[in-house]
Amino acid sequence: MSETILEGQVAEGEGVPPPSSGEQGDGSGPEGPQGRPVHLALLDAVLQGNSVTVTILAIFTAMVVGGLLISFTDTTVLHAWSHLFSAPGNAFAQAWDAAAGAYSAMFEGAIVNPHTVAAAFHGGSIAAVFNPLSETATRATPLILAGLSFGVASRAGLFNIGAAGQFIGGAMIAGWIGFAVHLPIVLHIVVAVIGGFAGGAFVGWIVGFLKARTGAHEVIVTIMLNYVMEFLILYLLGLTVFRQHGRPDPISPPVASNAVLPHLFGSTLRVNVGFLIALAAAGAVWWLLERTTVGFQLRTVGLNAKAARSAGMSPERTWIIVMLIAGGLAGLAGSAVVQGTDFVLTPQIYGNYGFDAITVALLGRAKPGGTVLAALLFGALYAGGTQMQAQTQIPVDIVTVLQSLIVLFVAAPPLMREIFRLRATRAAGQTEARGWSA
Amino acid sequence: MERVSVSTAVIAVRRTVSLERRVVLGSLLVVLGLLDALVFGPFSHGDAVFTFTLTGAKVSVPNLTLAAGPVSEGLGAGTVVLGLVYTGLNLSKIPRRLVAGACLFAFVVAFLCWSDAGRISLPFVALLATTMTSSIPLILGALSGCLCERSAVINVAIEGQLLFGAFGAAIVASAFGNLWLGLLFGALCGGLIALLLGLFALRYRVDQIILGIVLNVFAAGLTGYLYDAALVPYQNRLNSPATFNPIKLPLLGDIPILGPVLFDSTIFLYITYVIIALVQIGLFSTRWGLRVRAVGEHPEAADTVGINVIATRWRNVILGGLCAGIGGAYLTIGSVGSFGKGMSSGQGFIALAAMIFGRWTPLGAVGAALLFGFSTALANILGTIGAPIPSDILLMLPYVATIVAVSGLVGRGRMPKADGQPYVKA
Repeated sequence: MSETILEGQVAEGEGVPPPSSGEQGDGSGPEGPQGRPVHLALLDAVLQGNSVTVTILAIFTAMVVGGLLISFTDTTVLHAWSHLFSAPGNAFAQAWDAAAGAYSAMFEGAIVNPHTVAAAFHGGSIAAVFNPLSETATRATPLILAGLSFGVASRAGLFNIGAAGQFIGGAMIAGWIGFAVHLPIVLHIVVAVIGGFAGGAFVGWIVGFLKARTGAHEVIVTIMLNYVMEFLILYLLGLTVFRQHGRPDPISPPVASNAVLPHLFGSTLRVNVGFLIALAAAGAVWWLLERTTVGFQLRTVGLNAKAARSAGMSPERTWIIVMLIAGGLAGLAGSAVVQGTDFVLTPQIYGNYGFDAITVALLGRAKPGGTVLAALLFGALYAGGTQMQAQTQIPVDIVTVLQSLIVLFVAAPPLMREIFRLRATRAAGQTEARGWSA
Repeated sequence: MERVSVSTAVIAVRRTVSLERRVVLGSLLVVLGLLDALVFGPFSHGDAVFTFTLTGAKVSVPNLTLAAGPVSEGLGAGTVVLGLVYTGLNLSKIPRRLVAGACLFAFVVAFLCWSDAGRISLPFVALLATTMTSSIPLILGALSGCLCERSAVINVAIEGQLLFGAFGAAIVASAFGNLWLGLLFGALCGGLIALLLGLFALRYRVDQIILGIVLNVFAAGLTGYLYDAALVPYQNRLNSPATFNPIKLPLLGDIPILGPVLFDSTIFLYITYVIIALVQIGLFSTRWGLRVRAVGEHPEAADTVGINVIATRWRNVILGGLCAGIGGAYLTIGSVGSFGKGMSSGQGFIALAAMIFGRWTPLGAVGAALLFGFSTALANILGTIGAPIPSDILLMLPYVATIVAVSGLVGRGRMPKADGQPYVKA
């Protein structure tokens, strides 16, 4: 059922229920009416507002709204608007400058900064050129893993709002193995990463088990477990076992250097092995979903649990398995953060990953490939947002606004069609939704 | 023939489930009793003192001094007996609830005795008064959930409504120097998030759970952004509101124990009373409520008899948003004054849990919200008297209790049948 929500827009856009062609929507244009030239058919596909078009328009619209927000909270801009009638050009120019300045700073922080490129030609550091991309990949790493966590559960019809709790579970175990256990170099990393997976998987398992055994709704259980885990890590960091020696605040000792995920491209670029783990996890999830019996059962249960049951599958078993996997993926995100970037456990280590997971997976339509792309986009927004805040003093929270607007617009294709006067497709208005019950 | 056998099977299944539940719940009560008697009792040294009078009260109530150990052991023994009775006898609904209630009460008393034994006295009235005030946003949020979900719109955006209400109330109250204007604007800000909820849920039929979560992210992002962009630089002008003063109701406010708890608080508590009554009576004793519930249970049938389904849902979503907006306003102008980033800190989700815990009924939701409020207040107070239990563990308890509750131990709730389903007129 959930799959129909997340892919509903895809099906809607193309008028056929494609399980596979969704990812390259506007490439499948030649399906247009017979006898029409391919380029017109392509245009048709774009104008009909298929998933790729809607996604691009949603990102564009969100950027426009975000730009307006940036402009109209800037004092210089507001000052210029107060002289609108004496100097109308100035008002618009100031507004444009504020938004353009913010977005170009974001671009420089996320993709490439022209100044470092110019400097590199004159003997500057080459690494500095790639620093923005490295930051984007670093920020994207936990987002990919957490997004996969929500995505894989939603393919089985479960809403995993619990990535934050599972993240904490993973970070806690990975962190503890990292600072309390002494192992040789490669082995230590592997054991800690596996520990992270196991920690998250255990928290996820509670959810799957309760749903399978008692029918407890996973949305409630996951939300509650998030709080339980937040208080648990707060409690544990108060104990001497987890407390860094001589620190009054709740913070753990740093992870041993043997357990730190090594950098991929030298010490100046932060991108580390965690990024590869995330990409491998995306590949593994794709393989699991599309090429294995378990994946087939999982998708079937997600589409229609009753039909799956009458076909001899066990939705209960599937729920437990999928929550183990989803929890494990979120736990890996925790291990990637504690072993890759933060190195210590803090009470706020889960950050915003729980909800980022949801927005990433929704934008990626719960598919591994889409999730990686969506995570890279949000990773870029975060990396760029940090740079933007440093450069223009515009609060980095604008990234959260952009993120929510993008997902909101992606989830409402009819709105995008109304704004951009796209033609409705045959299946327009069929957006599926489900209630509390699967 | 087949039909008969199916229905007997169903009855048989129900019977076994109810026996199983009786055994599970009964043994849970026995475990509670054993905890009282074997943990709280032996580990309590000295007396537990409870004070029932706030300084300056007209009528003073003597302090209660209990010998913590023996009291806990006695209560524990009683609880074990009640637990066995619960399992052994097939009690009807009301005695069953009384027994469960008595056991929980005994557990709380034993727990309080244990945590206070040999320490400074426990200010019982202050504990209850804090419970009431910290429940205000939870109650209003849960009622917002009730209003929406009774008309079959899932409202996960309570958190966003609270946060936005808190934000709007602080700014307007600070900028105009008028608390009432702040309260009004806070309500409207909650309504604004509800407007978005309605627009995307009812007009564009976006999945409502996803929508609610995204709206929460949106509210957190927008208020966070505006906080840094506008409130921090103009702290004095935009983010320094006054707060409402407590109003002591004449006569009622002087009743010992109850007075300071129920009738000596800010206007928010009284507004909350009124809203509870309005929602409960409105939903279950008026024509409007009947229509709302019809829309929530069976929109096609409601439409057939001429009720405008979409308009009813719109009305309820907006009303819910206004409610939660007032709850949000409490967080700033009713309590701490200035707005802080992410200050709703998950209370909207607790309100959601309270609504589900309370089985989609206003009074049930209020009860659950009070329970959550109590555990928060208890954690604060036990922290100040230096109780032997870590406050983090105590704060964790309501969430564990909710998980236990939704796992079916306290009975499965029945949600409105059409909850979350978009209505498309045929």
